[in-house]
Amino acid sequence: MHDLNVDYEKQMGMENFHPSLLQGSVGINADPMGTADVVGAEPKIAARGVSFYYGAKQALKNINIGFSPRRVTAIIGPSGCGKSTFIRLLNRMHELVPGTRLEGEILLDGLDITSPACDAAELRKRVGMVFQKPNPFPKSIYENVAYGLQVNGVKDRHFIEEKVVDSLKKAALWNEIKDRLKDSALGLSGGQQQRLCIARCLAVEPEVILFDEPCASLDPISTGKIEERILELKKDYTIVIVTHNMQQAARVSDRTAFFLMGELVEEGGTGRIFKAPRDRRTEDYITGRFG
Amino acid sequence: MHRHFDEELGGLKNDILRMGALAREAITRAVEALKSGDAAAAKKVIESDIEMDELELEIDDKCLNLIALHQPMAGDLRFITTAIKLNAELERIGDLAVDVAQRALDISGKPLLKPLIDIPRLAELAKRMSGEAIESFVKGDTELAKKVVLSDPEADDLKRAVEKELIYDYMMRDGSSSDRAVPLLLAARHLERVCDHAVSMAEDIIYMVSARVVRHHPEELNRKPEN
Repeated sequence: MHDLNVDYEKQMGMENFHPSLLQGSVGINADPMGTADVVGAEPKIAARGVSFYYGAKQALKNINIGFSPRRVTAIIGPSGCGKSTFIRLLNRMHELVPGTRLEGEILLDGLDITSPACDAAELRKRVGMVFQKPNPFPKSIYENVAYGLQVNGVKDRHFIEEKVVDSLKKAALWNEIKDRLKDSALGLSGGQQQRLCIARCLAVEPEVILFDEPCASLDPISTGKIEERILELKKDYTIVIVTHNMQQAARVSDRTAFFLMGELVEEGGTGRIFKAPRDRRTEDYITGRFG
Repeated sequence: MHRHFDEELGGLKNDILRMGALAREAITRAVEALKSGDAAAAKKVIESDIEMDELELEIDDKCLNLIALHQPMAGDLRFITTAIKLNAELERIGDLAVDVAQRALDISGKPLLKPLIDIPRLAELAKRMSGEAIESFVKGDTELAKKVVLSDPEADDLKRAVEKELIYDYMMRDGSSSDRAVPLLLAARHLERVCDHAVSMAEDIIYMVSARVVRHHPEELNRKPEN
């Protein structure tokens, strides 16, 4: 049986073929129906010609990308590719790091948020962020969610209470903690703490939510709950998620952007990127050949 | 970078190659039995089909394992899903070889109605097209796959020529020839179906290599890649 196979292979001149030869050679109608790459409305937030430097070291090179409303965009790429750096620019978190420099524009509803006229605190109300490691304040569950409203000068207790309950419900945490709102947030599990951080972010009514590897420290069940939240939240928000987990990117995002060494290599509909990437480097990364 | 996964994909490629070799061999032996009226050879084709059936199950299981355990993406994903489709098409070709062998049994022991000319031609075409489909899979050669797709009208023409001759020159002139003509008509139909399966394989292979969908989109065959 085996000999028959080998003879046939030799006869065909195929001895040296390997499936890896397929990589990177995708062609003209990777998504013939065109559905995967359809972009919705005008971008809610967009980077135009963005380069970024830590001192003399250039971390991002001429990034151009837009994020449409009510869509989830996943940013993937190896460690050090600049993906976390990039999303931190979207709400000017980079300004907390001394010695950095930004070139280009970041447009929120068409207005450049890098302009000195744009107030960073106001911006961060509109562009919220959830970090890799849950970071609740050492306060009660209630105070954690109410905090953003209070520091922004909201004094109406009834309004704050409504917002806290609403945000905890949207973060799918309410049913688990409704009887212990005055307990310390630090007593919650990791997954609950992360959903609390999502609720805290939602309370100030952002328009864009940035997730920086939100499930990196969570177990699969907590990860599933966060992913479900992301899919629910996208009905109302523009969402950008940085993730190392490509299955997660495939599960939750409508569009995927691949970063490598500070460059945006490829961006497109998630289905297309994972079935038929156009760039060899994307193919190598998502199939694990990178290196 | 070396991946152990590549070794598993290479193993899958060899399995498909083996399946292709078995299918072609079965067609060859079935047509020989038809031409020679050798009932023993025809029975051997029918009996050996179980080997392809078993291999089909083995390949299916391997593909499902590769998907479940490795969660392949991009080219890897297209390779495995194409292997699943090719596996089914090749098993069907094996079944059609069995059908041809059964037609050989139908006419064995009776004198041939006429010397077979177009049926062996059709058989050669079927073998060539299925062989080229497998070769295009193994080499990732879309031009060769395209050639297979474009060969389909030739198969249709040969089948029609066989039908025309047997019906008009034999069955309509002499109704008693039907018991020897009908098996030949059916054999031509079986072989033309083999060509159809080769075309389906070639279309899947074009998708695997280039991510272009040409199945049900013949206009895509001649479009040049963008990059």
